[in-house]
Amino acid sequence: MGEMKLDLLQGTLDLMVLQTLEAMGEMHGYGIARRIEQVSGDEVLLNQGTIYAALVRLQQRGWIAAEWGTSENNRKAKFYTITKRGRKQLAEDAAYWVRLAGVMGRVLAMGEGGGER
Amino acid sequence: MKTAKSSMGDSIRRGFQRLGSFFHKRPLDQELDAEMSSHIEMATEENMRRGLPTAEARRRALVRFGGVAQAKEQQRKERGLPWVDVLMQDLRYTLRTFRRDPMFTIVAVLILGLGIGANVAVFSVVNTLLLRPLPFGDPERLVWIAPANANGLSAATYSADAYEDLLVMNQSYADVTGYYAFSTPDNFKLTGHGDAKPVTGIAVAGNFFPMLGVRPELGRSFTKDESIKGGQAVTLLSHAFWMRQLGGDKEIIGKAITLDGRPVTVVGVLPETFDFGAVFAPGSKVDIFTPVWMDDIRMQGNTLTLIGRLKPAVSVAQAQAEAKTLFGKFYWRKTIPQSNNNYTAMPIELKEYVSGKLRRSLIMLWSAVGLILLIVCVNLSNLLLARAASRSKEFALRSALGAGRGRLVRQLLTESMVLAGIGAALGLGLAYAITGYMAHQGSIALPLLSNVRVDGAALTWAMLISVVAAILFGLLPGLKMSSDNLQETLKDSGHGMSAGRAHERLRSALVISELALACVLLVGAGLLLRSFVRVLDVDLGFQPATAAAIKVDYDDGGKTTKRNAIFEEIIRRISAIPGVETAGISDNLPLERNRGWGGPRAKGKDYKSGTVPGAFVYVVTPGYVKAMGMRVRGRDFAWQDDMKGESTVILNEQAAKFVSPEEDIVGKTVLIGNSEVKVIGVVADVHETNVEGKAGEQMYLPAMRDEWGPSGAELVVRTKLPPEQLAGSVMRTLKELNPNQPAVEFRPIQQIVDHAVSPRRFFVLLVGAFAGLGLVLASLGIYGVISYSVTRRTQEIGIRMALGATPRRVQLGVISKTLGLAAIGIGVGVVASVVVANLMASMLYGTKPTDPATLVAMMGLLAAVAVLAGYLPARRASRINPMVALRND
Repeated sequence: MGEMKLDLLQGTLDLMVLQTLEAMGEMHGYGIARRIEQVSGDEVLLNQGTIYAALVRLQQRGWIAAEWGTSENNRKAKFYTITKRGRKQLAEDAAYWVRLAGVMGRVLAMGEGGGER
Repeated sequence: MKTAKSSMGDSIRRGFQRLGSFFHKRPLDQELDAEMSSHIEMATEENMRRGLPTAEARRRALVRFGGVAQAKEQQRKERGLPWVDVLMQDLRYTLRTFRRDPMFTIVAVLILGLGIGANVAVFSVVNTLLLRPLPFGDPERLVWIAPANANGLSAATYSADAYEDLLVMNQSYADVTGYYAFSTPDNFKLTGHGDAKPVTGIAVAGNFFPMLGVRPELGRSFTKDESIKGGQAVTLLSHAFWMRQLGGDKEIIGKAITLDGRPVTVVGVLPETFDFGAVFAPGSKVDIFTPVWMDDIRMQGNTLTLIGRLKPAVSVAQAQAEAKTLFGKFYWRKTIPQSNNNYTAMPIELKEYVSGKLRRSLIMLWSAVGLILLIVCVNLSNLLLARAASRSKEFALRSALGAGRGRLVRQLLTESMVLAGIGAALGLGLAYAITGYMAHQGSIALPLLSNVRVDGAALTWAMLISVVAAILFGLLPGLKMSSDNLQETLKDSGHGMSAGRAHERLRSALVISELALACVLLVGAGLLLRSFVRVLDVDLGFQPATAAAIKVDYDDGGKTTKRNAIFEEIIRRISAIPGVETAGISDNLPLERNRGWGGPRAKGKDYKSGTVPGAFVYVVTPGYVKAMGMRVRGRDFAWQDDMKGESTVILNEQAAKFVSPEEDIVGKTVLIGNSEVKVIGVVADVHETNVEGKAGEQMYLPAMRDEWGPSGAELVVRTKLPPEQLAGSVMRTLKELNPNQPAVEFRPIQQIVDHAVSPRRFFVLLVGAFAGLGLVLASLGIYGVISYSVTRRTQEIGIRMALGATPRRVQLGVISKTLGLAAIGIGVGVVASVVVANLMASMLYGTKPTDPATLVAMMGLLAAVAVLAGYLPARRASRINPMVALRND
């Protein structure tokens, strides 16, 4: 069970990171993690550390780029930006997810409706 | 579902990135550390801004982050090559285990190294001699043109006219070439480069090199004009000669060197890869090549060996069919109508001619070395099983602690592979040394031996056999280990439990098979050794011991009388050297050259064409027959047997029997060619071309007469002292008589015989070494098993001794157990040996495959070694102190 949840998180995490970077521009790992928590209304309770595996994976695929820089309160941090290829991938994945979510919604709605009547 | 679909390019890109990360662990880890710690700092700061105390702010930050170590591990897994990391772990663990048990490791690696090294070395030989194509262009189209079953070169040669007719009349060949077959070693004298030096030259047809596809490294091949009589005197140099004598001087092309006092222009240098001797005249070296002028050799008879290059669409069988009808049309001299010489030919692939005769021996060698590898595997299997016994608890524990069976087997496999890998590295070193040594054994008369080296194919072979060996010897212990019942193992304290006994039975079976394999090797080697001894015992017809020969240079200006004076003076002066018994000159020595002339015929008898066998000719001076240690009936030549006296000849028994089967021929007259010649003596048959074959007809003709001009002079000296002690004084005397005498070797005749039997010696030595290795390995195996069984039964033996068994009885018990194993092993081995021995019957000489002496001797040897291997543990068993043994658990 826990595994299923993790799987879902892992699959979606990459997409969330891409979307966050697309929307917010350059960000460091902590910023991305916080942003995802905030946007999800703290519904997604992820271990923030998990984000670094996703970041290295995306970076190796060439979808995001990284550079060391200085944070707003003068701390050294690694800043990530989405690349052109990353944007393309984001568009594809997002479309896929929207479609899947729509289908899932309809399927689940049908199940509930059937059960009530 | 993972991160949706990513394109192929992205995946490949990621693969490279992972590989890159794998090699940059440290900087990447540092970077990650920095990134994570700044993450936690930022989170802490944010918490503090919300008003939390520092400690609590940090604690919450860490909680939100999750496990730092896990996050790092997760990131590492994503970025690098996790399976390689596992492999590295296994390797590290393996090396640690090996370090803990250095004796085992050293023994195992040594055994494997020897086995793999021997295999790679033999493979290199087999590959060079049998598998690899000849070092020529398109070598599979080349054929050797000679009569079927030609014995020796003199029967395998054709005349210049026949060669030229073949060139014109054949339909099968794109081209035909040949070389002059009767050149002698050191037949030229090089002057103008320090001392006069002997040079070996071969005359080849003008198209020889282009036809074989050999392109000179420098300069060019012979032109048409140079290949016909009257052309400029030119030569091509072998690479080795050019380096050695001319220091690799590139400016030499187009310049002249002085050979036999004549300037000869160097037109080219042949590539290093071309070694004439290695292919056509095993065990000899050729320095220079000159074009043969057909017009010069037209009257010499059959002197050319022929090599053809088949047209693309023509098969060897088609060439053979053509040869059947074509060769009968040739004349040895077209101006002599009756010289329609009944030529025949049976073209065979050149490769078959060069190494076909060796195929069986090489396959035997290969099998022998394969047996060694098998024994090595069995031995290692045994060693690993012994180790498995002492490590079974470690493995049971690891598996109880959660290590999967897969991981355990992988660990064992890693160990086998690492052992095989180190063994292979050692083996390759060994193989390099062995092949390097072999390639420089110029005196071994095996073709292509100088080309033997560990090449890519041999490396591949080494890898292949190492992996196969690792699987072979790792499999049994691996299966055994992973199938062991965990609980049983943890409980089994080694007191004669059933598992322990099954284990011992397995090891006994291994030892038995090892003994059987060693037995096969030993019997094979024994038979070969016995054959070799028989060959050495062959009555050669002369006595090689305490005789030596040296090639003598002389200038007689073509006059027989002058030559006689020179020869007589040389022999007189040499005979006067203290220690010299007799001396004589012949124009060639046994076992070295080939020369066939028309043999002697009885006077007044009509022979059908083709029924007079050829005779091998030696043109000799008085004293030669005695100096060689030959037995003469009748008399030797005297200096008076010259043009003033009557024409004389000495025949061998074979020739004498042919001319006059009934009565003694000595004192009678025979016909040689058209001359009447008086037989003054008969000598024992001399093995003229090989040691193992039968002798043909031979005639010894006096060098003192015009008809039989000698071609060159070999001075043979029989001595009372070891020949090498006389080398200096003989050379000095020859130099005094002729300042131009080149500094040639004073060769013991024994060396010539050794050279002739060198292929057999080569095989005997190798197979013998393998058999010895097999014996050592088998005895190690026995020792291991018996020693283990004694250790396992320490308590039992202790009890028996406490109950009154004497040390002697205990010893006997252990030794009889050893003998029991040995008896089964030898029994199986002997049966297998008889089968194998029959397969190698054709390689034996004067020895039956079932030679009882060899079989019994080898069985005895094996049994003796087995007893010795069992005696050491037996002695240990008899010294067991009952009190200690009973207390010890």
